[in-house]
Amino acid sequence: MTDLGAMYIGAGLAAIGIGLAALGVGNVFGSFLEGALRNPGAADGQQGRLFIGFAASELLGLIAFVVAILILFVVK
Amino acid sequence: MSAGKIDPMEQFKVEPVLGRHIDLFGYDISFTNSALFMVVVAALLFIFMVGGLQRKLIPGKWQLMVEGAVGFIDSMVSVNIGKGGKKFAPYIFSLFFFILFANLVGVLPLAVLPGLHTFAVTSHITVTAVLAFFSFGIVLAVGLIKHGFKFFSLFVPHGAPVWLMPVIVPVELISFLVRPFSLGLRLFVAMTAGHILLEVFGSFVVQGLSSGTPLGGLVGVLSFGMIVGVSALELLVCAIQAYVFALLTSLYLHDAVHLH
Repeated sequence: MTDLGAMYIGAGLAAIGIGLAALGVGNVFGSFLEGALRNPGAADGQQGRLFIGFAASELLGLIAFVVAILILFVVK
Repeated sequence: MSAGKIDPMEQFKVEPVLGRHIDLFGYDISFTNSALFMVVVAALLFIFMVGGLQRKLIPGKWQLMVEGAVGFIDSMVSVNIGKGGKKFAPYIFSLFFFILFANLVGVLPLAVLPGLHTFAVTSHITVTAVLAFFSFGIVLAVGLIKHGFKFFSLFVPHGAPVWLMPVIVPVELISFLVRPFSLGLRLFVAMTAGHILLEVFGSFVVQGLSSGTPLGGLVGVLSFGMIVGVSALELLVCAIQAYVFALLTSLYLHDAVHLH
């Protein structure tokens, strides 16, 4: 296997993390909706926490993206 | 297929507007497209605010818009910082609207006009990191001035058993120190990723349609549909990232003002 080929495989593997972060983000919003539909009165007060949870799980997926980009464009 | 290699990073190139570099003591201080678009964003924000700053009893549409914006930030600050948070509202306001306007200017499809190419200021970590370090610096300054040495009790959570302290304190310290990096990185990567996605699908459209085969045409049309969807998603991401940046800054300020 050439170095270039190995690089592309590595970048592809790093991209798996983005899909896993998608599971996390879906879980955050899914759970929020589940709770919000049971108690709509309390939902508006929890939007800040919703976005904090979203930001935390989003960040980890974005870091996976950064790793993939670093492998593709920075590592020579 | 007449496929050239797609270079998604070319759109983020920072170059002097006037085409020549100005050197000062070995530093390049030329007026770049990044600086130009920061000025554009600041000017747009200025126009938006000045246009709405009227004291009419019955507000017009523009005044209503600005009042809504101020009220939105005001409620975010009072909910998240709580008592004593009012004086940070101007900072949070500037932060939120600068980032929001910069994001939105970045995705304007002005590149259809020849020679025009909007530049997303927030897709560079140099810009977002400076904003993040502003927030972090204000948190540090406020915490240390208001509480003095007691500020460091932030790293010692209430009610945790004492034998756990050697583990908890370093973890809390690291999570505190990592804040500016995660704040800046999130915004920068979200914007960069969106622009790369748009660039890749845009290249698919051009290459698919110019290949002249039925399959290429199909790919081009499907990619164009994808661009429309992704652009809508981008608008959402622009707003969410600006909101998250402002929200996290106000939460960190809450820590600095109230120490848990």
